[in-house]
Amino acid sequence: MNAQSDTVSLIKGNEAIAKGALAAGCQCYFAYPITPQSDIPEYLSGELPRQGGEFIQAESEIGAINMLLGVAACGKRAMTSSSSPGISLKQEGISYLAGSELPGVIVNITRGSPGLGSIDPSQGDYYQATRGGGHGDYRMLVLAPSTCQEAYDLTIRAFDLAFAYRNPVMILGDAILGQMKEPVLERRETVDTSQEASEWALSGAKDRPRRLIKSLYLADGALAEHNERLQAKYQEMHKEQDWEEFATQDSQVLVVAFGSVGRIAKSAIRMLRGQGYRIGLFRPVTLYPFPSERLRELAKNNSLITIENNAGQMVDDVRLAVRNVSDSAFHGVMPGKLPSAEDFLTPILHVWEQNSQIAQAAER
Amino acid sequence: MSSQPQAEERVAFALPLTMSGASTHFCPGCHHGIIHRLMGECLEQNGLGESAICVGSVGCSVFIYNYIDVDAVEAPHGRAPAVATGVKRALPDRFVFGYQGDGDLAAIGFSEIMHCANRGEDVTIIFVNNTVFGMTGGQMAPTTLLGQNTTTSPKGRDMDKDGAPLNMSELIASLDGTAYSSRVAVNTIKNIKQAKKALKKAYRAQNQKQGFSFIEFLSACPTNWKMTPLQANEHVGTTLMQRFPLGVFRDTVE
Repeated sequence: MNAQSDTVSLIKGNEAIAKGALAAGCQCYFAYPITPQSDIPEYLSGELPRQGGEFIQAESEIGAINMLLGVAACGKRAMTSSSSPGISLKQEGISYLAGSELPGVIVNITRGSPGLGSIDPSQGDYYQATRGGGHGDYRMLVLAPSTCQEAYDLTIRAFDLAFAYRNPVMILGDAILGQMKEPVLERRETVDTSQEASEWALSGAKDRPRRLIKSLYLADGALAEHNERLQAKYQEMHKEQDWEEFATQDSQVLVVAFGSVGRIAKSAIRMLRGQGYRIGLFRPVTLYPFPSERLRELAKNNSLITIENNAGQMVDDVRLAVRNVSDSAFHGVMPGKLPSAEDFLTPILHVWEQNSQIAQAAER
Repeated sequence: MSSQPQAEERVAFALPLTMSGASTHFCPGCHHGIIHRLMGECLEQNGLGESAICVGSVGCSVFIYNYIDVDAVEAPHGRAPAVATGVKRALPDRFVFGYQGDGDLAAIGFSEIMHCANRGEDVTIIFVNNTVFGMTGGQMAPTTLLGQNTTTSPKGRDMDKDGAPLNMSELIASLDGTAYSSRVAVNTIKNIKQAKKALKKAYRAQNQKQGFSFIEFLSACPTNWKMTPLQANEHVGTTLMQRFPLGVFRDTVE
């Protein structure tokens, strides 16, 4: 590692992701313009070639994800980014990446959906991201930043995870994260990744047997065996569970929220703490694998409310995590509406009241 | 593999080192096998076996990696030119080629092939045109001839409803990124020799980084054409070539 002086700059979340990719040693980046993520291709179209990398404005989202697949097959670090409708188009390629066990980073700066929706914030793509999205029984690691700094750091981590597991990794942000500006501390060190794929990547069959990267398994039993191996890998990924806890040391009600909604919920919790309510926050950073074990532990001493900028998607994972121990209330702000901390106060206090009544009944 | 030649014996015909020697799964009379052989010979004769990366596609062509014994990656249906673009941008000094059928390239992959050519990517795409979706049972393709009966054009391809066949070599020749675009056939010895010359030209275009190179092979599909191998071979010359003339449509290779 070649350490240089770190710098802090005031940048948008989208730019933080682009800079994170460069810091991670991303060599190729392909994308198609779509709001609210176009700052990423605009930034990398200049910076990546300057640093010796390859940028292509692809003819389509499908073209972009398949260019990434080609780079991944050569064991090089590559990224693509888009927003909700564009991510739908990439699903075929993501399934092939998973089936062929190829690493790559896919950024989804989500927008209001379904259909063309709007360019407003939304968390409506949670299911699509965490359930695979494309055809087949595969999973992707999904990282959900809530600040520009986290967007930068998690982008670097996404590349490392993609190569550690030979699997696609998604950064799931939203229009709030992509468009807001915050100070970001940039890592100024270069990491040598030249040998990370030397055991499997294509490079021409010189002085070794030829290599084949594919997802087609027609021989009797071969696909089932391949799927067994993939599932074992997805189990292995569970050790990557990551989350943020805020004010959980004495909390009685726990808000579960991810990404931008997680930080808005934190503001609401600060307001309520000021009034003496013991509320805490659990913010999953990895959406897949979902940090179930820790949440289950916290659920023993907390009543839960899950808050999302959708009609209720992550709440399924919350309820699965705490099944037979607890349950979770839900408050949803529909995609297309910018959530505010004030919006969350009444739903949280409602759970607090219910929790108090249950506690009083138990005392009687 | 063949045994070593004895003294005074001379090898007249050997398997190129770029080929695996596996028996093909293709139907009797299919032209894929001949095309594979030509590609393998040209790879070997140009010394490209150790630098080649093959991009497979979907359809009968998918198993090219069982026969051409070089590094290979399988692309989703129609996406081989985008995957090849990624491979070439990652490893600009390797020889990158794709192998696609007409359903793959001219239907679902039309966007990828046109833009790959238009960007002038230094890759070579081999396009096998047998006028049908072969693997799936002989459905109509963008290259199906007018009036041709297929399982999804039972009354023959209709100009008014289905449009006319796409002449991909001519379309690709119209793009400035294309260095070489030609249509060849392997139905006669003369055409096979001509096809091999075209392959070598396309390989040269890539090796000299002169732009995108494209070769369309007319190919027989006796099974889906419901013909004997001999009839199908003859049909290539008598019928396919009327709509799809052989020739070089763009050549800026120095």
